[in-house]
Amino acid sequence: MENIVVSTALFYLFSGILLLASVGVISTKNPVYAVLFLILAFINSAIIFLFLNAEFLAMLVVVVYVGAVAVLFLFVVMMLNVSQEERKNRFQKYTPLTLLLGVVVFLEIAYISISDDAYLTELSKTKNLSFKNNTVELGNIIYTDYALLFQLSGIILLVAMIGAIVLTLRSRVDTKKQNIKKQVDVKKSDVIEVVDVKSGEGA
Amino acid sequence: MNFIDNLGLTIFGTSEIAIAIVILLKIIAITLPLLISVAYLTYAERRVIGLIQLRKGPNVVGPFGLFQPFADALKLMSKETILPTGANKFLFLLAPMITFVLALIAWAVIPFDENNVLSDINVGILYLFAVSSLAVYGIIIAGWASNSRYAFLGALRSAAQMVSYEVSIGLIIISVLLCVGSLNLTDIVMAQKDIWFAIPLLPMFIMFFISTLAETNRAPFDLPEGESELVAGYFVEYSSMSFALFFLGEYANMILMSAITVTLFLGGWLPPFDIFPLNEIPNFLWFVIKVCFILFIFLWVRATTPRYRYDQLMRLGWKIFLPFSLLWVVLTSGFLVLFDLLPQNM
Repeated sequence: MENIVVSTALFYLFSGILLLASVGVISTKNPVYAVLFLILAFINSAIIFLFLNAEFLAMLVVVVYVGAVAVLFLFVVMMLNVSQEERKNRFQKYTPLTLLLGVVVFLEIAYISISDDAYLTELSKTKNLSFKNNTVELGNIIYTDYALLFQLSGIILLVAMIGAIVLTLRSRVDTKKQNIKKQVDVKKSDVIEVVDVKSGEGA
Repeated sequence: MNFIDNLGLTIFGTSEIAIAIVILLKIIAITLPLLISVAYLTYAERRVIGLIQLRKGPNVVGPFGLFQPFADALKLMSKETILPTGANKFLFLLAPMITFVLALIAWAVIPFDENNVLSDINVGILYLFAVSSLAVYGIIIAGWASNSRYAFLGALRSAAQMVSYEVSIGLIIISVLLCVGSLNLTDIVMAQKDIWFAIPLLPMFIMFFISTLAETNRAPFDLPEGESELVAGYFVEYSSMSFALFFLGEYANMILMSAITVTLFLGGWLPPFDIFPLNEIPNFLWFVIKVCFILFIFLWVRATTPRYRYDQLMRLGWKIFLPFSLLWVVLTSGFLVLFDLLPQNM
């Protein structure tokens, strides 16, 4: 009994921090603070996954989003100097679009949680996440029931990666590159010439 | 650990508060020896490098210079904490704390002996991977908050370097996990009962060690500090205790990475052979001996290799380690499937 009270209190604590951090992301003026709030939000969502006994997902959220994605965000944001004025204009310009997106996502979530559509309940085969070792279970589900979708998402990521490389790759002619093979293959005879010079005759 | 369990049981009983007290005692029992070993790692580093370079190293304070770490600690504590003008005060002070705390919390899942671990979680190795991927934040926040060019350049170098080598570390861990069939660290150690993974996965063991050098920003990959071009890199503006926290964090990270290497590849607490004189030595002692061995290699490498150039560092990470570890994952899984050796403990 006491355990349930404590865990409920903790759940509300962490989801409260999560909501406050999310508000912080979109309201703070300093973009570096925004990314730091985003990291706080990610970490709190990982903790909420732990409350669902989904420890594998929790760790993946930390590794992928906090450990890799947010680092790159922070990296870019720290190097850019985003001016405040420009941000304000853009904020007003995009407000209707973001509101529309928010409403659509909210309605979708609400529909899934309220409706008893047979197709939707069939779609979510994992109703309860609190099985003993959810890493094994997730592996079984992803690689059997959803193998095709899994492969498809992999291909989408691959295409995105190739796209990013194509957009940023430009062959520059003025850079000096080190050719490791050429450097290692150099022999003593290629670079050193031993010359016998009589004393008093050399240049 | 078991000793503390029993002590807690006899003194406090089994109420929830008693469990909390026992966990607190366990945390102290891990953290205190860790901090002392960090202090003596700095001493050992200077002595070992001194010996390698035919110098004496610190030998004045106390017998053989053994009190040198305490003298250093006193010196650092009595210095003035300087906040640079234009620095972001909150983040500037937060960064060393992040580094230090992250170096400590990872120890919660390291098994020192069978059933001798603070928290024996299912996803232990993922937890370690997550915590070590967070370590970059302490550095990058410090570099940005210092409002200094040198610090920022050091932080950028460090962030790029740590993110790059994490990729190959992840793939190396996968090839170990393929042989174990579990993410639990105790299971990983127990799977090495017959043979340590360092032998069948020798190339992975060497690459993992080199990647940990890059991950902890140690020589020959200590470009983030690069004193000849960046003065001291990301912590150039830090002084007094905030500097000490960075220093402690870096060395605690070294010990942590050695412990992970030992757990993954050198059979954790297991003796090398289960025969008479070797299995009489307590398991915990084996763990410490192995960690010390890896730490010695850390120091040995620092004293004997020149620093990498940055493009060479990136080339090694992305063009050599990443393809090779990926190839090794495919080879390992192919081998395991071909000879029907896949672990069946689910």
